Amino acid sequence: MASEYILELDNVSKYFGTVIALQDVTLRLRRGEVHCLLGDNGAGKSTLIKTLAGVHRPSTGDYRVEGESVKFSSPREALDRGIATVYQDLALVPLMSVARNFFAGREPRRKLFGVIPVIDMSYANEVAREKLSEMGINVRDAGQPVGTMSGGERQCLAIARAIHFGAKVLILDEPTAALGVKQSANVLKLIHKARKRGISIIFITHNVHHAYPIADSFTLLNRGQSMGSFAKSDITKEAVLEMMAGGTEIQSLVDELEGRAA
Amino acid sequence: MSVINENVTAMIDRSRAPAPEKAAPDDERVRRLSLWKILLDRPDLGSIAGTVLVFALFGIFAGDSGMFALDGIINWSQVAAYLGIIAVGACLLMIAGEFDLSMGSMIGFAGVMVAVPPMYLGWPVWASVLFAFAGSMALGALNGYLVVRTKLPSFIVTLAFMFILRGLTLVLSTHFANSTIVSGVGDKIGSDPVIAALFQGTTGHWVFSGLAGMGLIDKLPSGEPVVGGLPKVLVWWLLLAIGAGFVLARTRFGNWIFLVGGDSNAAKNVGVPVRRVKISLFVLTAFCACLFGVLQVSDVGSAAADRGLQKEFEAIIAVVIGGTLLTGGFGSVLGACFGAVIFGVVQIGISYTNIDSDWYRVFLGGMLLLAVLFNHYIRSRATANK
Repeated sequence: MASEYILELDNVSKYFGTVIALQDVTLRLRRGEVHCLLGDNGAGKSTLIKTLAGVHRPSTGDYRVEGESVKFSSPREALDRGIATVYQDLALVPLMSVARNFFAGREPRRKLFGVIPVIDMSYANEVAREKLSEMGINVRDAGQPVGTMSGGERQCLAIARAIHFGAKVLILDEPTAALGVKQSANVLKLIHKARKRGISIIFITHNVHHAYPIADSFTLLNRGQSMGSFAKSDITKEAVLEMMAGGTEIQSLVDELEGRAA
Repeated sequence: MSVINENVTAMIDRSRAPAPEKAAPDDERVRRLSLWKILLDRPDLGSIAGTVLVFALFGIFAGDSGMFALDGIINWSQVAAYLGIIAVGACLLMIAGEFDLSMGSMIGFAGVMVAVPPMYLGWPVWASVLFAFAGSMALGALNGYLVVRTKLPSFIVTLAFMFILRGLTLVLSTHFANSTIVSGVGDKIGSDPVIAALFQGTTGHWVFSGLAGMGLIDKLPSGEPVVGGLPKVLVWWLLLAIGAGFVLARTRFGNWIFLVGGDSNAAKNVGVPVRRVKISLFVLTAFCACLFGVLQVSDVGSAAADRGLQKEFEAIIAVVIGGTLLTGGFGSVLGACFGAVIFGVVQIGISYTNIDSDWYRVFLGGMLLLAVLFNHYIRSRATANK
């Protein structure tokens, strides 16, 4: 029976030799929610993403998709279950066209003269343009190289691509990390649009200011351990900030600076 | 605008209607691009411009020397065709981000594989030709396997094979023929109807005699046309180039080649079988080198240990002049073919002029340098916001 949660990690640990990358992490993603995974550098975010994406298998603990225990042996299998990960490098090739990137690895084909399979470029161009404009990005020409797009547009292209190919769960690895204020806002808007379509999202970031407005719930990671999951109604932005490793540091810095100024 | 153009028609369509009418009202940020800008985004522009330049130069310096008469054209286009065959393979491999420096040695080695068995082991020629193709492609697969398996630069892995194969060619030819040349195989090839039909001599004689009969091409005193037929190497080159160009621009596998060369990690993340793509392209370069070797042995009538020397570099130069990036992810087969034409015209054309032919390499080096600078400019344009 369909579980309330689309993804669940139950007391998952991941060891690399003697290194404990994750220790008893529990994370639950409800259907259609945006769940923010917050943590400073080295908190184990990357390991957690890769575990969810099927790159790593948990050393101990249980990983469930729609209530069903899974053991992915490759990212492909996770993808087949509708779990798509958009990594920071976005898996885009700048010198290739928008349409070719959009359909990379899943090129639509038609038969030339009824026999030779070729890429259906007019379909690819049309769909890429259409899907991107649904996401609020007007591509001038789907034949233009991705290299001509801005960082935010590229992020949106990668997300739109994942959605088009049937992602039920989107794992976004620091989608706003390298972006300016306006572009970050565009990406957050896109996340909101995806949620409205019923897609569940795990949004990884270390920026509380980006996470708080969009998120429905939070999980905080610190040094490989979960500091707990919270619904948005249960926790304030300040409290989140404080719980992050950097929060106290920054607060003490602020105190120190203000103390000196006063 | 499009970097990887689908085909020439797409380009023509676009140049006719630079901004589709329906895009104009809903997006004020569509701007019209001049034809020049559109051309600049094509990888093969440099080599086409280079070819025009070279033709112009030789037209001025050797226009009346017979270089552009039919027999002269066949002369230099044959040189271009040989190089073009390996340049096509090298082009696809370079777009996928790898090199094959063993191509030149493979030409010599394939020649020995063709020549030694019929001359010294009593094999029929068709068997030795099949054996040469199978052997070369297996070696290509080994090259590719070692590169993807070890993740070492293909530069170094294939450099090793460049020496290994060159050495083996010498060892085998001296062992069997007691000489660096294995001769006599041309006659054997001539006596095998299928192999001779595929690789030896010329084709389309009736066209040429017909044209001569109509007085369209010159005749020898004997009444035969000056050019008896189209060398088969040209036919092979054309077929290979059309096939490879089609695969690259139009098929899924072609898209994978660009993806693998553009960013192999990204390609892996979107589910492209990166290793399989790379290995199959190493097999292709080995096939091309072997085809070169077989055609050459059929043409010259012997195999020799120094055949194909430095051809790997000439192929790479032709590909780079053709606009393919050394780092992969961008390029075109058409460009590589024009790169090969430039080679043929310069190499043969220089002997038609009064320029000392020692300048040939200087000229090529200069062309290469220009091409690299031009490509660098193109790439920085393509990846930058504009």
